[in-house]
Amino acid sequence: MLNNRRLVLAHFWFAFATFGVALLLGAWQMYVRSPLHAWLRQPELYYRSVTAHGSVMGYVFPTLVAMGFGYAITELSLGQTLRGKRWAWAGWWLVVVGSLMAMVTVALGSASVLYTFYPPMIGSPFYYLGVVLVVVGSWIWVALMSINLHVWKRANPGKPVPLPMFANVAGSYLWGWTAVGAALEILFQILPVAFGLKSTIDSGLARVFFSWTLHAIVYFWLMPAYIAYYTLVPRAVGGRLYSDGMARISFILFLVVAMPIGIHHLFADPQVGSGFKFLQSVFTALVSVPTLLTVFTICASVEIAGRLRGGRGAFGWLRVLPWHEPMMLAVAFSFVMLGFGGAGGLINMSYQLDSTIHNTQWITGHFHLIFGGAIVIMYFAIAYELWPQLTGRALSSVTLMKWQLWLWFIGMIVTTFPWHYAGILGMPRRMAYFDFSNPALAPEAITVTMSTVGALILVASAVLFFMVLVRGHRGAAVTPAQFEFATAVHPPKTLPVALNSFGLWLALMIGLTVVNYGYPIAQLLVLKETAVPAVWMGGQR
Amino acid sequence: MSNTPHPGHSDGADVVERIERNWAIVAVGLIVVLVAMVVYTGLHWTMMPPSRVETIDPTTLHVTGEFIESNLGTAREADGSVTVRVVAQQYSFTPQCILVPAGTPLTFRVTSADVVHGFLVTDTNINSMVEPGYISTFKTKFDKPAEHLMPCHEYCGTGHEAMWANVKAIDRAEFDKLAATDRRLSCVK
Repeated sequence: MLNNRRLVLAHFWFAFATFGVALLLGAWQMYVRSPLHAWLRQPELYYRSVTAHGSVMGYVFPTLVAMGFGYAITELSLGQTLRGKRWAWAGWWLVVVGSLMAMVTVALGSASVLYTFYPPMIGSPFYYLGVVLVVVGSWIWVALMSINLHVWKRANPGKPVPLPMFANVAGSYLWGWTAVGAALEILFQILPVAFGLKSTIDSGLARVFFSWTLHAIVYFWLMPAYIAYYTLVPRAVGGRLYSDGMARISFILFLVVAMPIGIHHLFADPQVGSGFKFLQSVFTALVSVPTLLTVFTICASVEIAGRLRGGRGAFGWLRVLPWHEPMMLAVAFSFVMLGFGGAGGLINMSYQLDSTIHNTQWITGHFHLIFGGAIVIMYFAIAYELWPQLTGRALSSVTLMKWQLWLWFIGMIVTTFPWHYAGILGMPRRMAYFDFSNPALAPEAITVTMSTVGALILVASAVLFFMVLVRGHRGAAVTPAQFEFATAVHPPKTLPVALNSFGLWLALMIGLTVVNYGYPIAQLLVLKETAVPAVWMGGQR
Repeated sequence: MSNTPHPGHSDGADVVERIERNWAIVAVGLIVVLVAMVVYTGLHWTMMPPSRVETIDPTTLHVTGEFIESNLGTAREADGSVTVRVVAQQYSFTPQCILVPAGTPLTFRVTSADVVHGFLVTDTNINSMVEPGYISTFKTKFDKPAEHLMPCHEYCGTGHEAMWANVKAIDRAEFDKLAATDRRLSCVK
């Protein structure tokens, strides 16, 4: 039973509200740079919008979903009331205040630095402080997840930690550690300059610190989706989780190898040597292993549902699956997008192929397909699953839900496929407008128009999403059934310590970070003459 | 939905384990093959990203060293090789139009005078970050004479969208004729 419904609802509603605003900004960006609109007279507005869109979608929205879902998982899977409720609310307030502070600063045009910061560009300190507050708020959540797990373990010695909580805590540790990179960059490099205490900054080192956060943050976004794959999907479609042990191994692998691979974002950078670039390219390849394991386990779990429903033959079980269930649609769409996005990711991680598409629209297409597509569609599904528990009212708009998921899937494909193509043609990212009258750029015009259409479809889908949620608050009051997570075909009775705790894996995670990042960071710290003059954004001060 | 396993499948645990172990082997094997391809192309084609960790002071670029204005552009070195030196700044490249000989191994040396910029030549694999304080060095070859666009691909401030340059690859003999009289070449000369 959920005791802290208001807490979880507050997280979800603020998450989705910011998501709605950022989505509109994204659609506006696609429109103004397409041939449907004349050149933006004030391109600076475009970069305010990109900064807001990226900061919300990267730092605020997924963080709040992970936090809210995490609090719900704690109560639903452990069967105990959340410890540290006041701290949890304090965390929520920090995220809310931080988001508003950062967004107001960006809206005023004082911090058009994009969510990647990239010094020596420096914006108003209030933008960075806002981001810091968001991260500190989320760190409270990390601590609470750990504390709640230990409270449960003390009361249930030797018992297997329920899989949803195990995965949830793995995700929280991953975030706690991966956020350290950007935190170091902001606290020790950027803020002293933003406050005017220093006038120079090492931009190469800042990029290395940021890469520490930049890749594993994607796996943090991914965690709620993967938790839903393993612990909600099999039950919702009437199947069984194929393997509890493999699920734990996948989450452990994410925890250990998702982090020390961020230098693959710096393949084209001059300040990192080729040895560490190659090393991290190999580690990036390794991180596809837990995803390949997941795809197998979830397909097998869904196949069990198909067989139980009487499906026969190699493919017959697919036809009889409960396609009328929103969760079934969501996971199918999510897997298709994960497949395309993952294949693109293998190209990005390649030491050589990356040079063809590095920093082009291909990259924008890639992470929108993975995050905006495969992951966010599962956030919708999570909201639909939890809403009756949170509101105490039935969610009856099943047709609307199915339309919403279809539109999101179609919209994401229509937006991101042309982006991939434009990237191969060499179209750069983050441009307020393009000169489509240039014969060399003219063939790319149609791709931007197509992405604009995709963005409008996504907005339509979001409207339906909000309609479903709001209707959910007004539906018939019901006593929601006991919430159940998926059960495994062979539920574990006992587990080896390694699959039931995190000590060893956290040590490995930190150790690998030291191995993979220690030298590149130390090298730049001792290198002379790398501090360059800061460049202020947003006019005179 | 029944909670009991199907009759005859009561010992399914080891079946489950065997199938997923096989899949794990396939997954890891796939990754090993991909990494092997990366290693092979890296060594065989010596295809490597710019990675020299070479520093330079952006505040004195214009008064001393190899990036002074008169030294920018394309140069035929004493040993016959060709080097292209470029500076990126908000919101242009110098030179704004780069002239190179086709079918000749080239070395690019690029740095920034202010913020982080991007260096990409369309229809080629030339793609590098350009950062203040560091020199990006990369080698390439243009197969045939052609004109290419060269956008800055990293957000460098609110004029980023206007930061485009051009690359013109010309016939090698024609380039040699020009290089005989001019020390540093760009499209202007």
